[in-house]
Amino acid sequence: MSVATTHDHHHDHHGPPRGWQRWVYSTNHKDIGTMYLFFALFMLFFGGAMAMYIRAELFMPGVQLASPDFYNNMVTDHALVMVFGMVMPAAAGMANWMIPMMIGAPDMALPRLNNLSFWLLPAAAILLMLSIVAPYIFPDGGTPVNTGWTLLPPLSVQNGIGMDFTIFAIHTLGVSSILASINIVTTILNMRAPGMTMMKMPLFVWAWFFTALLLIAVMPVLAGAVTMLLFDRHFGTSFFDAAGGGDPILFQHLFWFFGHPEVYVLLLPSIGVLGLVIPTFARKPLFGYKALVYGMGVLAALGMVVWAHHQYTIGMSLVATNYFMIGTILISIPVGLMLMNFIFTMWRGSMTFETPMLFGIAIILMFSFAGVTGVMLAVVPADMQYHDTMFVVAHFHYALIPGAVFGLYAGVFYWLPKWTGHMYNERLGQIFFWWTTISFNLTFFPQHFSGLAGMPRRIVDYSIQYTEFNMISSIGGFLFGLSHLLFLFIIIQTIRGGAKAPAKPWEGSQIGTPGLEWTLPSPPPFHSFTEAPVIK
Amino acid sequence: MSTQADTHTDNAAYYIPEPSRWPIIAVFGMFMLFFGLVLSINKMSLAGSLIMVTGFAVLAHLMHGWFGAVIDENLSGKYNGQVDRSFRQGMFWFITSEAAFFVTFFGCLFYLRNITLPWLGGDGQLATSNILWEGFQYNWPLLNLPDADTTKYVPAKEAMGPWGLPLLNTIILLSSGVTLTWAHWGLKKGNNTQLVRGLIMTITLGTIFFFVQGYEYWHAHHAMDLTLNSGVYGSTFYMLTGFHGLHVTIGTIMLIVIAVRSARHHFTEHNHFAFEAVAWYWHFVDVVWIALFIFVYWL
Repeated sequence: MSVATTHDHHHDHHGPPRGWQRWVYSTNHKDIGTMYLFFALFMLFFGGAMAMYIRAELFMPGVQLASPDFYNNMVTDHALVMVFGMVMPAAAGMANWMIPMMIGAPDMALPRLNNLSFWLLPAAAILLMLSIVAPYIFPDGGTPVNTGWTLLPPLSVQNGIGMDFTIFAIHTLGVSSILASINIVTTILNMRAPGMTMMKMPLFVWAWFFTALLLIAVMPVLAGAVTMLLFDRHFGTSFFDAAGGGDPILFQHLFWFFGHPEVYVLLLPSIGVLGLVIPTFARKPLFGYKALVYGMGVLAALGMVVWAHHQYTIGMSLVATNYFMIGTILISIPVGLMLMNFIFTMWRGSMTFETPMLFGIAIILMFSFAGVTGVMLAVVPADMQYHDTMFVVAHFHYALIPGAVFGLYAGVFYWLPKWTGHMYNERLGQIFFWWTTISFNLTFFPQHFSGLAGMPRRIVDYSIQYTEFNMISSIGGFLFGLSHLLFLFIIIQTIRGGAKAPAKPWEGSQIGTPGLEWTLPSPPPFHSFTEAPVIK
Repeated sequence: MSTQADTHTDNAAYYIPEPSRWPIIAVFGMFMLFFGLVLSINKMSLAGSLIMVTGFAVLAHLMHGWFGAVIDENLSGKYNGQVDRSFRQGMFWFITSEAAFFVTFFGCLFYLRNITLPWLGGDGQLATSNILWEGFQYNWPLLNLPDADTTKYVPAKEAMGPWGLPLLNTIILLSSGVTLTWAHWGLKKGNNTQLVRGLIMTITLGTIFFFVQGYEYWHAHHAMDLTLNSGVYGSTFYMLTGFHGLHVTIGTIMLIVIAVRSARHHFTEHNHFAFEAVAWYWHFVDVVWIALFIFVYWL
């Protein structure tokens, strides 16, 4: 290498810097997006390992592998890792990669802040891992974090040092999400190329717009809640202790005021991916684009005012329970609208069934299923029976795996050609689809029955009559876990080689409201647009 | 120096910053701060404090370095109108998230005062008071605890009234908003002397506020027994005023930086985003104080 080249790498914008600095000091939305996606992939296996442990423990009644506290610790961290470490970073990685290219921007609006948002995640992950090991390595470590991801007091006030690490992991994750959201909203509002009006944006961009607004509004609430928890634990306050005039229920309200919108934070990016995948493979413009945009807005707004349906059993007033019940059932209107729009998009389309489309259709079917059990759970007298049973576990895994994770898989297969410049192996992709879909249903479908029969959640042991359901569920769970090795293989294979992908790998991607990402070659250059593209 | 300043050529060429080492330093600083904090509140105070202080030092170095880099880029004319708008919108959404943070604590105050405590005092259909502590009379400010026998909490002897120091502080903080606006007018007229004077007055008022608040805390602790430990009245009081005080402190530091920059003629009539960002932040802190005065001290 000549001296001139080293000189170039500081002053020239055309190529990436070399070595570790490229990643650690990155201000490039694609590199940061890639790091987000790999981080999410790592956490998928980390959280997945915990799930495997949980299913192994529940394979038979009785305490098999470790202590009940450890089991509950794994239940807690499985949720935290999957929600904050896997789904949100994966969705944020796609946002990073795709939004600037879709709207014709050179990069995110605040590239250095973008780097900070990503690198806070490994720090948070380390804090979270410390929370798992802390009870064993520190003197007087106390009990592990065994509260479930809701961190409810008074149990969370009594936990050992692990809870403090969890609290600060949540703070770090919160800062990361808020900064990323500020960046995304600013990018969408300020960085669109001339002519890319808001109503011409691909649906994915709209979905992330509402997601980011939700995060800016509710992430600080969680930060405030865990701060109060920290003060109750160490500084003598009594926010959550009735003896001093506080209220443990207050923490539930705060947590779910964050927690319910969080569900839409996980869901909306996947709805955005669906809004691209379905029209592409049905070769028809999206049916009711405007209605979908407004529907997502309504969903986000309604999602902020129905939180207490997670807490029907706490003894709210009748007026309050009625309000939360009706509000929750109202949510099925925008969600139903979205699913209907996707079905109408497919109606009389010339459909083909590549892997992203298979996942898209699976989402519509299985997420509707979660919607139906959701309405069951929304009805107060019925929920009194279902509350804290495996039925709830089945419901939210149907909501979050098809609703969020399958959407991310669809996105990965849809955009892998664009990201890597290679086509993925379609045959393996389809095998992966059928393998995950079948094993997913095998895992979680039986839990509806064990839940309705009364099996409580978050308990290491169970009564002997639930054994068969749990065995089926565990076998399904192991298969589901195993299928992700194939996922990993497909991704590595596609990165390393394969058929060259053209700029527009999907025939139908130009229909409706296409983003500008398809005007770029696959893989796109290091800097997508050095000057503003013009949209007709 | 301010040659760039007033050119608002949009999108003529996009501006992307070079790769930067500051974000990863921020991550290290924050991690050490949090890690040290966890250790020091768990009886490992020496190691914890050392790590925490190092984290603070890293963060201080970072603020200096990162903001310094941005200022240099701005002064050397690299930014265009689009970058300026990105900064403005970013600051707007940041303040929105800060507002959500304060809304959380106000929400807690309202929930405790309107639902939890009345129910503990016998309201509601569920007869909570009969199950827990019969005979508890609810009054706000809460000077008698629901569990009269608890040794965990010690109720305050009297409540913090609104009309002494808090009223004085209200006047001080509102005046600081006026002097800041006066400084802004100076900036818009190109009158740098008025700008610097206005900022110095604002900083002085902010500092006075800080010390009055400190004195009020000292008084509350020693004369009134009002501490974090006095039940939810003390908890909410210190949580709300404490986080507000933290924001006043941060705001004052930001104002000092802006004053120094103003004295060095960094700002022009049309290019002074940093000034405006700090002004927004200061006014936001003002508004939070008014809500505090009404709901924490007065009603």
